[in-house]
Amino acid sequence: MTVKNSVRIGTEPNAVARWVILGVVGIVFAFPILAMVEFTFRDGLSGAHTLDHWTGLFDEDAARTYRNLFTGIGNSLLLAVVTVGIVLVVLLPTMILVHLQFPRLRRVLEFICIVPITVPAIVLVVGLAPVYSVVVQVAGGSIWTLAFAYGITVLPYAYRAIQSNLDAVDVVTLSEAGRTLSADWGRVLWFILLPNLKRGVLAASFISVAVVLGEFTIASLLNRVNLQTALLQIGSSDPYVAIIFALLALLFAFVLLVSIGRIGRSRRTGSDS
Amino acid sequence: MTLTAPTRTMSAESGSGATVELRGVVKNYGAMQALSGIDLDLQPGEFVALLGPSGCGKTTALRALSGLETIDAGSILIDGVDVASTPTNKRDIGMVFQSYSLFPHMTVVENVEFGLRMRKVQKAQRRERATEALEMVGLGAHGTRFAHQLSGGQQQRVALARALVTRPRVLLLDEPLSALDAKVRVQLREEIRRITRDLGITTVFVTHDQEEALAIADRVAVMRAGRIEQIGTPRELYATPATPFVADFVGLTSRVPGEVVGGAVVVHGVTLPLLGEPQPDGPVTALIRPEDVVLAEPGAPDVIEATVVESSFLGSLRRTRFLLADGSTVAVQHDVAVHPQAGDRAYLRLKRNAVAASPIPTGDTAT
Repeated sequence: MTVKNSVRIGTEPNAVARWVILGVVGIVFAFPILAMVEFTFRDGLSGAHTLDHWTGLFDEDAARTYRNLFTGIGNSLLLAVVTVGIVLVVLLPTMILVHLQFPRLRRVLEFICIVPITVPAIVLVVGLAPVYSVVVQVAGGSIWTLAFAYGITVLPYAYRAIQSNLDAVDVVTLSEAGRTLSADWGRVLWFILLPNLKRGVLAASFISVAVVLGEFTIASLLNRVNLQTALLQIGSSDPYVAIIFALLALLFAFVLLVSIGRIGRSRRTGSDS
Repeated sequence: MTLTAPTRTMSAESGSGATVELRGVVKNYGAMQALSGIDLDLQPGEFVALLGPSGCGKTTALRALSGLETIDAGSILIDGVDVASTPTNKRDIGMVFQSYSLFPHMTVVENVEFGLRMRKVQKAQRRERATEALEMVGLGAHGTRFAHQLSGGQQQRVALARALVTRPRVLLLDEPLSALDAKVRVQLREEIRRITRDLGITTVFVTHDQEEALAIADRVAVMRAGRIEQIGTPRELYATPATPFVADFVGLTSRVPGEVVGGAVVVHGVTLPLLGEPQPDGPVTALIRPEDVVLAEPGAPDVIEATVVESSFLGSLRRTRFLLADGSTVAVQHDVAVHPQAGDRAYLRLKRNAVAASPIPTGDTAT
């Protein structure tokens, strides 16, 4: 067998193979989404198509009709913001601190952050229910308190996104260089570390937003209203609107995830020499 | 990489020429003592190299001086003020690291400006001084580039400009040349020496490369196991090593069995003066420099019979290793016109120069 004809294991597929793989996977994902889109234009069981379900969202009484849904959307956005805040204020500084000052604790932190992915949401809620009875007494029953639970559920995803960025940057040397140049720890964090961790931080934030927007179990079992519980509720009375908002949420998450891939390229425009 | 000649030189202003004193500095990592009470004095504008094998504590000493490592005992004085408890960002030092440490999200000129920005220097003045510093290291035209667009040598030049632009009191260089290829190393080390001399800045340079240390430093401190074995000018270290370890580490040496007799060393019947402390009579390992051994004609007085093991062409000279009758080998540097072949019989003669000797024949191996 000649080298030319041999197949090397581990090499990249050629352009045609890549497009075939992309096409097959794309069809698998696109098929249900296109079916959802088509469903939103159906006119009941008549077999005809109409724009009424979409235009109905802009009717004068839409705010009243879909009040619960809009409340759910508002709650989910608030929860997304607070959850991202928890990731940025608690997880990010902790990870940087462990990376720089306590590297021996890295495995412990990794274990703690990965654990939530192994715990089913229903089990998490069973554990969180008594905790939330206390949270309600201390912080009230506002929807934002649910972000404490979401802060735990997004830990594995946020941890991975930030850690991969930490591993890719020589954070220790950069921070030491900054300190020898008269920067205190706050300035090292703001002027040196955060710009170099931008990709990981934004990825962690966007993934957290996507997880929060898609979360149903915890909100439902703790009797809170968010996007998903509202969609379920409205789906029983108006399945078309439920699908429309599910599509919009999907589109929003898609835009966020595409944005992750584009972040960090903005300034590094030069070619390697 | 393009190496352009510097066109301007930063003026030696405030900050240059501080005294540095390390007094009984101790640093422990758990049960391991990285620094065992180091004492070191640097005069204003002096360039001192810390030289030693891996794990000897040279980088720890530098990091202790920078404040990146805390110390467990002793004191560190810059211009007579104890800075042992002063944080790194307030020590007024400049440092160049072994690994490339340019901030990847900033351009070259932004990197150089960073220290001035942290010191709240006006923007116009920042840009002027940064440009001046970049021109000093021959990279004035590279200000708008990013670190990933520069070669390793260029990155270390920018790091040097960044460290010097704030006119620090002390410059610390932590093996800044170790990641570069041989030609760039030599060019850059000469530039580092010229720039630090022009600025009159007190400099501590860490390296494990004895040739580099001897070529660049005013004084060299040879370290071993957390202690300074000897500190002196390159010539002193080479010509009069205080210990067998220093003799072995500084310069190429051959280990040949000998015997101390009446304060001198007898090697293959030749009596040589003994360096360092007097030693009791008895067997030793004599440490002999290649330049202290010459090729001789058979029948000449005090010749030692030997067999050629291997011979290497080194450009201006040739280095040949010979096997002696006692099983030891000795290296000789000689004219390239002489080309011994492996297995040839040869005759050597020892110059009557002083040699160091180790009383423990199997100890003291330097890497």
